Amino acid sequence: MPAAIVAEGLTKKYGDVVALDGMDLTVPEGTVFGLLGPNGAGKTTTVRILTTLLKPDAGHAMVAGFDVVEDARRLRAHIGASGQYAAVDEHLTGAENLEMVGRLYHLGVRRAKQRARELLERFDLTEAGDRPVQGYSGGMRRRLDLAGALVAAPPVLFLDEPTTGLDPRARASLWEIIAERVADGTTVLLTTQYMEEADRLADRIAVVDHGHVIALGTADQLKDQVGGDRIELSMTSAADLETARRTLAPLAVGDIQADLAALRVTVPVSGGAAALTSALGHLAAERITVRDAGLRRPTLDDVFLTLTGHETDDKIKETVR
Amino acid sequence: MNTLQMAIADGMTITKRNALKIRRAPDMLGGVVLLPIVFVLLFTYVFGSMIELPGMSYAEYMLPGIFVMTITTSAQITGYTLTQDLQKGIFDRFRTLPMSPSAVLTGQTVSDLITNVTSIVTMILVGLVVGWRVHSSPLEALLGFLLLLLFAYAFSWVTATVALALRTPEVFNNVATLVSLPLVFLSNAFVDSSRLPGPLKPIAEWSPVSTLIQAARELFGNTSAAMPVPDAWPLRHAVPAALLWSLVLLAVFVPLARRLYKRAVSQ
Repeated sequence: MPAAIVAEGLTKKYGDVVALDGMDLTVPEGTVFGLLGPNGAGKTTTVRILTTLLKPDAGHAMVAGFDVVEDARRLRAHIGASGQYAAVDEHLTGAENLEMVGRLYHLGVRRAKQRARELLERFDLTEAGDRPVQGYSGGMRRRLDLAGALVAAPPVLFLDEPTTGLDPRARASLWEIIAERVADGTTVLLTTQYMEEADRLADRIAVVDHGHVIALGTADQLKDQVGGDRIELSMTSAADLETARRTLAPLAVGDIQADLAALRVTVPVSGGAAALTSALGHLAAERITVRDAGLRRPTLDDVFLTLTGHETDDKIKETVR
Repeated sequence: MNTLQMAIADGMTITKRNALKIRRAPDMLGGVVLLPIVFVLLFTYVFGSMIELPGMSYAEYMLPGIFVMTITTSAQITGYTLTQDLQKGIFDRFRTLPMSPSAVLTGQTVSDLITNVTSIVTMILVGLVVGWRVHSSPLEALLGFLLLLLFAYAFSWVTATVALALRTPEVFNNVATLVSLPLVFLSNAFVDSSRLPGPLKPIAEWSPVSTLIQAARELFGNTSAAMPVPDAWPLRHAVPAALLWSLVLLAVFVPLARRLYKRAVSQ
């Protein structure tokens, strides 16, 4: 399968701050590639370089067969980009926004109008299409922004944190739309802070930290690397916490984390619900009162802790179930 | 489509976008229509009732000054809108599209030219109501109108350049007010510049604003034999000098604004 996106050794500095430090990635045609990492890891900088918004200091990249620096002008006809900050015009209506984008893709006035209507319908914005974007909800803006990226039906699509800050329903509806595009054969590069999003959409995921890829694989491979499920247990005293930590050590498949302030232990396990039952049994035998118990999937924090030995810089606290 | 056709088509698309924005944002229209009306009425009735000039009414002397003051104010919309757009993601969207990169600035300045036509027409109408008259030929009056527009267009590129250097709407607004007020008042707009003291006199007489106002007065016939033109060269040759000023501003600020735009959006 030919590669739709190839980046080799991309480097970008802002003054003394190294945003990208030898970023390499290859995305085969028709697949979804997820860039997973915290704020400041270099995800957005990578997307900005690949969409011709930024020139790298070193390294090179090809998208859809065009060099992102040398052939930037020609490449732009073959890509669509949708960002974290919905790039839509507040004062224009949804239809006018899409029509403008269509005209700037040089589809011609009639085709641009027609395409705008098609996309509004597809994105469930027909009713709002003739109202100024000012009155749109966050989810509607993102949908419109994504529609803007699809106006010319580009073969390669860049989505920079497409669902950050959206409520679960708006997120699910965006995921559906993205999945539809992928089914049509579009190559997608997606950045996200959410493991679940990468899990759901991406064929392959690159975990990014300090401007380069630190781990690469399918969602399952990455999750195996970070040890699968976690049991989280809250105690009522520090003494119990210590006992619990000792008692549960045989169950853990990695280091047990103990949070003294919250009186909570986090135990990486491989057995899922059975491991939770077993853990509670052990603690009951030690006569430890458990205030709260739960089983959860690894979060980005867990992935980071395991892969880098340090927590994500901005400590994303979102728990993804 | 070749590069030029593309630049024109894309410029038109962006112009249309800005025109729609102005229609939807009435506060902008207030600045373009209401402000000129207020300026004309205020200055005519407040100063006009106090100041007497030999051989002509103060309203006739002052109106060309108000025309120029208003177009320099309206031209600031260009810069202000650009700083606002810079805060949003819309330029990123434009830059990922296969469009002509010059279209953003061309479209912005052209749509602001349209608003300036609205401003000038409004002022002419209100001016006629308060007693301002054209005493020249229709052709000269038309030339005066076109010269004002050309200067307004050139001045839009100046404010665009300043805006792209400063980047934030608040800072731009402060700087624009701080610069444009002295620029307009340190001229022959409201007073006879030849009677200004010391260094203010040459500054006022060589100011492009004075040149344009003098050119407008000549082309609209708002002059009086009892009020001689000062000796400064640009005021003696006001029409060609105003034309020259406009072309020089364009030659300097069009490439400068484009360069700064490229720098501002590629961060």
